[in-house]
Amino acid sequence: MSADILQEVTQNDYKYGFTTDIETDIIPIGLSEDVVRLISKKKNEPQWMLDFRLKAYRHWLTMKMPEWAHLNIPEIDYQSIAYYAAPRKNAPKSLDEVDPELIKTFEKLGIPLEERMALSGIAVDAVMDSVSVKTTFKESLGKLGIIFCSFSEAVENHPDLVQKYMSSVVPYTDNFFATLNCAVFSDGSFVYIPKGVRCPMELSTYFRINAINTGQFERTLIIADDDSYVSYLEGCTAPMRDENQLHAAIVEIVAMKNAEVKYSTVQNWYPGDKNGNGGVYNFVTKRGICKGENSKLSWTQVETGSAITWKYPSCILLGDNSSAEFYSVAVTNHHQQADTGTKMLHIGKNTSSHILSKGISAGVSQNSYRGLVKINPAAENARNFSQCDSLLLGDKCGAHTFPYMEVNNDTAIVEHEATTSKINEDQIFYCNQRGISTEDAVGLIVNGYAKDVINKLPMEFAVEAQKLLQITLEGSVG
Amino acid sequence: MLEIKNLHANINGKEILKGLSLSVNAGEVHAIMGPNGAGKSTLSSVLTGNPAFTVTEGDVTFNGKNLLELAPEDRSREGIFLSFQYPVEIPGVSMVNFMRTAVNEHRKYKNLEPMSASDFLRMQREKKELVEMDNKLANRSVNEGFSGGEKKRNEIFQMAMLDPKLSILDETDSGLDIDALRIVANGVNKLKRPDNASIVITHYQRLLDYIVPDFVHVLYDGRIVKSGGKELALELEERGYDWIKQEVDGK
Repeated sequence: MSADILQEVTQNDYKYGFTTDIETDIIPIGLSEDVVRLISKKKNEPQWMLDFRLKAYRHWLTMKMPEWAHLNIPEIDYQSIAYYAAPRKNAPKSLDEVDPELIKTFEKLGIPLEERMALSGIAVDAVMDSVSVKTTFKESLGKLGIIFCSFSEAVENHPDLVQKYMSSVVPYTDNFFATLNCAVFSDGSFVYIPKGVRCPMELSTYFRINAINTGQFERTLIIADDDSYVSYLEGCTAPMRDENQLHAAIVEIVAMKNAEVKYSTVQNWYPGDKNGNGGVYNFVTKRGICKGENSKLSWTQVETGSAITWKYPSCILLGDNSSAEFYSVAVTNHHQQADTGTKMLHIGKNTSSHILSKGISAGVSQNSYRGLVKINPAAENARNFSQCDSLLLGDKCGAHTFPYMEVNNDTAIVEHEATTSKINEDQIFYCNQRGISTEDAVGLIVNGYAKDVINKLPMEFAVEAQKLLQITLEGSVG
Repeated sequence: MLEIKNLHANINGKEILKGLSLSVNAGEVHAIMGPNGAGKSTLSSVLTGNPAFTVTEGDVTFNGKNLLELAPEDRSREGIFLSFQYPVEIPGVSMVNFMRTAVNEHRKYKNLEPMSASDFLRMQREKKELVEMDNKLANRSVNEGFSGGEKKRNEIFQMAMLDPKLSILDETDSGLDIDALRIVANGVNKLKRPDNASIVITHYQRLLDYIVPDFVHVLYDGRIVKSGGKELALELEERGYDWIKQEVDGK
């Protein structure tokens, strides 16, 4: 039974595999100081931004790709990648000016910018490749003093904020991929919530890779000032490609006193075909800082895509009484590899963190949880609870857990629990006997397993995430 | 309703059913008894399409359809229900969610609209009373942490929810104390109608005190070797299976 079904699963093609024929403005492939200057010039950036990019680029040249992850990463030729692509008709002012092909792409993905977003109350800063194409709801948010725009616009219109906070959480020297991003980042989103403002809607960005051999280097910066609240959604799908695509994004979050930020991701980049050809390499640096007292940060992620995922949304708990959460479902199938988890750095007093990680492996994939809980000497009464569960489908996949703990204060309470389980044929047959097909049975069981994380997602995302889990694992039973 | 002719089946190459024939009509209750290893549970597995077993010979028709060609889920949707001897636990999946999915799959098969949440909850409430099932059980994960008796009651509850044409009760009495046995048997009896039928697989006569069979069959070495009325069960209880083995092996 398992052999047949495993075979079946490998025949499921990526459902969002199509490309849009849009004229793309690509600069020549390869990376050099000239390319960095060219990117900056194309974006009409001020000198300080160019200086930042060059500083990062020069540092990057001294760095090596990290090798500590439980990943088998093919050699990446950084000189064969194009580092900038923008739809040719730059920054249309209204929907009429948007390339109809682009609109169609979003429709195929089930993301009609207008109706659905308006109905669900989401403002979308839609990023197609590199340049922000269209922003909705900006005006109504503007009345509250909320800034929600592309990163490029923020550089132009809010340079003081960008200069103050950019790279304040993830330094340009942080790691190989983050430093690369600092040098060549294309665009991304910028959010500023002023003091005392509760953002009235979920802010949302859909990312999508859509140019041959174009690396994606988004940069997102979210600042929640004192006593503010914002919930931010990031979701992505990518078209089918044979070439591997490099994706090295940075997300930085700053939560000031009493501020709360929720960041939710549904990641569905192209995972490669059933034989492990192609797929996105996803090397992401996501980090937030609970800077002020009583601030709160929560990461929720549903990771179903990418050939390789290297991602550790983390939190620095600096402010006293601050708290952080990390909820994750990571699904790997076929030849996918994921090494993902979180870092919780407790610095302030009475800080608490909660980690809930659910890994699901199928096919011949490898799925690792890697987490660090670090309690600094001054972090009195720190509290952490971590739970890491693994679910295996079939007997050719792998699940690994690498929890690290560094406790330097005796008042800390740190707990870790882990389980590993397997969907077995008896469970599937039991469902079959009640009239539930094998596909639906796997969906039921997997969603049951992941529901504690899915429940943390905003409603619209939760539904999408449930579907994604089922699509990703269709037929994979062992 | 069910017509089994010369059924042969094996697991991992070992032949268990060796030419089994049985005919079940609507309104009938058939008891299948027999010594350990005779193939009783294999029969229930094969009828419900458990992929661990391979049918090598024979025909099974169910209401005119070739049962062996149907996928396990379609056999269920056609109205075959198995009360498992060892119901599995499915952590994280609530009974409500599980049952609602099952009921709606059955409805979809019959081209009916999915049941509304309120209708479903009403039906669930009614059927739970049939087996005196605790309200709390429905909110727990499928069979997770259920006692042996709760699991069996949960099987009969599911049977009531799915309203099958043919119910196969595989050793439903095993692991039950006398009170639980009575509750489970009462549930089964209340579900009995002229247009449905049951196959009751059991080791012991005591279940048949509660669920009275129209026919009793003795399964031995992969075939039905003796059939009779309810009195056959009593005779087996008294004399054991050895005399039947001798009768068969002596031939």
